[in-house]
Amino acid sequence: MPGGLLGIEGLERPEIEAILDRATSFQRQQPDSRKSDALRGRMIVNLFFEASTRTRTSFEIAAKRLGADAISITASGSSVDKGESLVDTLNTLGAMHPDAIVMRHAASGAPHFLARHLPTPIINAGDGTHEHPTQALLDARTILDRRPTLEGLRVAIIGDIAHSRVARSNMYLLSKFGAEIVLCGPASLLPVELARVATGVTLTHDMREAIRAADVIMMLRVQLERQHEAAFSAGEYFHFYGLRLEHMDLAKPDAIVMHPGPINRGREISSEVADSQRSVILNQVENGIAVRMAVLERILKN
Amino acid sequence: MRKLFIRNGRVIDPASGLDRILDVLIEEDKIAAIGEKLQASGAERFDATGLIVAPGFIDMHVHLREPGFEYAETIESGSRAAAAGGFTTICCMPNTSPINDNATVTRYIIERAERHAIVNVRPIGAITKGSAGEELSAIGSMRDAGIVAISDDGRPVMNARVMRRAMETARSFGMPVIDHCEDLHLSAGGDMHEGLQSVRLGLRGIPAASEDVMVARDILLAELTGVRFHVAHISSRHSVEMVAFAKSRGLAVTCEATPHHFSLSDDEMPPYDSNYKMKPPLRSARDQGAVTNGIVSGAVDAIATDHAPHAGSEKMQEFEKCPFGVIGLETAIGLTLERLVHPGKIPLARMVELFSTGPDRVLNLHRGRLTVGAPADITILDLERTWTYDVNKSASKSRNSPFDGRVFRGGPAATVVDGRIVWRAAN
Repeated sequence: MPGGLLGIEGLERPEIEAILDRATSFQRQQPDSRKSDALRGRMIVNLFFEASTRTRTSFEIAAKRLGADAISITASGSSVDKGESLVDTLNTLGAMHPDAIVMRHAASGAPHFLARHLPTPIINAGDGTHEHPTQALLDARTILDRRPTLEGLRVAIIGDIAHSRVARSNMYLLSKFGAEIVLCGPASLLPVELARVATGVTLTHDMREAIRAADVIMMLRVQLERQHEAAFSAGEYFHFYGLRLEHMDLAKPDAIVMHPGPINRGREISSEVADSQRSVILNQVENGIAVRMAVLERILKN
Repeated sequence: MRKLFIRNGRVIDPASGLDRILDVLIEEDKIAAIGEKLQASGAERFDATGLIVAPGFIDMHVHLREPGFEYAETIESGSRAAAAGGFTTICCMPNTSPINDNATVTRYIIERAERHAIVNVRPIGAITKGSAGEELSAIGSMRDAGIVAISDDGRPVMNARVMRRAMETARSFGMPVIDHCEDLHLSAGGDMHEGLQSVRLGLRGIPAASEDVMVARDILLAELTGVRFHVAHISSRHSVEMVAFAKSRGLAVTCEATPHHFSLSDDEMPPYDSNYKMKPPLRSARDQGAVTNGIVSGAVDAIATDHAPHAGSEKMQEFEKCPFGVIGLETAIGLTLERLVHPGKIPLARMVELFSTGPDRVLNLHRGRLTVGAPADITILDLERTWTYDVNKSASKSRNSPFDGRVFRGGPAATVVDGRIVWRAAN
């Protein structure tokens, strides 16, 4: 990955496996997991054009644990607020010669556009409604902490699939490893073309069908700003697509519940489920650091 | 007397069915004689041996950006790109600043064109004031000032009642209505064709239905009002079917297709490359095939470029922020040869028709024929010359083309406007 990490779609399976393997050594209680100096003297700019707490913090911690210098810039209060174009902002930062730019942007393809014009490796920390590659990697790590393989697993992804970068990256990753992916949501949030985006993907509008015999249930955040596109009221949405304890009996007995966060309790997931033994939501957050360390190391070493 | 003698070319005039090796003699700005072994003493000579001599090509859909956006294109630079693309007449859409919705702006464009353009420029007036879709513009006085059609290109009239009144008015003044068919509610926020690729790339989709519902509405209104109605840049298979259906019912409904819509589909766009972003968007391969078939079958009447220059800085942004449109004047002939003529989908005479007689019939410009007494607008083609499109050498002021670097077999060899050679290919 010398050119950075723009998405999961273009990655080969061995590359993903190498990152996931390496991430285990950065997990808690592993010898390498505290501070190392693998990336001493390297500078990483975290450039967040869109609000984010967990992803930005996670990247910052990952960089610091590897001994790199991490600088975080958020759009508000920066030159972006003064009307500077994306290219000019990035050219300015590029002139300061960072070793990598971690970027979150509300526009799909913004990192791809910049990667064409800048020599600096760009790590996509979420672009619009397109991809969020490190989220899919940390999700895979979290599943693999509990299952020997992704192959043959039945994974239900439920919610606003149309606008979810988390869903896309997970679809690509899980598909590459032979998982069975069931996407579920109302038709307005579940374009039929999704079935052709990757192999092993099926669609349903019925949440119970999606959860039946599932190994993994991934809930997506209801994007309040897109609620009008769902043509559902919040109450109606929760009734048909919110995960509640009663659903858990349909899944495999050892099924796990995942959520990329931040969760909206009572909107897409009930508190009882979010706080239950089945929930691995906090493990996901923890694995985020390990996976991002593996990604940064892979891109910046040498 | 000024004379131009174009000798020994293959002269194709679709209107009369002429297709023979002949000489063409031009005196001043008219065609004086067409025949074998003509004598032409004192004439400038152009040896067209091995070349095609056709009526001047008309691009009935361009954006010249003047007045208002001269940083992206001017009437002069656009006309130079047209000449380099083999066009002798171009029709410019009214979405300038100010919008061409009154005779003063129309006259301004025509006067600027007379002074600076090297090809004929015929303006198209706005349907509604400010193209706001509410109040009809000064259609009659614009007609008297020189517009050849009305259109709110890019900002289509959403109110069907306003469109009906516009059609009735256009009919009264003997002009066609051209519509950029797009239901703005259905397409709102969209950046590319809605389909597998938009879902893959996480870009908001512009469904083909947003075009189709407006084509359907307008055909019904055209029947109601009796106006000549023309669909701009048709791009979806259902729209092509509906235009063919309207024609079969004897309605005066016509349409144009752009080279990019019959040359590219949505899955050929390099990810987030804004030089592939236009409206209507590049559609599915199936739609692309339907547009091509419409050209073959006769459902499509004209090829038009929708030449839409944008300054580099406007296209150097996040994909969703980039404006819609690509330039196309200089690549239209090359693409038509590559996609339609060389593969044998249409004969050369049909291509000439699509670029001359076809648009002339839609707009009644009286410039689509190569006959004695006609205006001496001539496009000369070389079907075999291999050339590479280098957008950085474009005569246009803008660079937003998806065809930069493309190698073409065949293209324009010379462009003659009113009896003068205004452009010829470098050898």
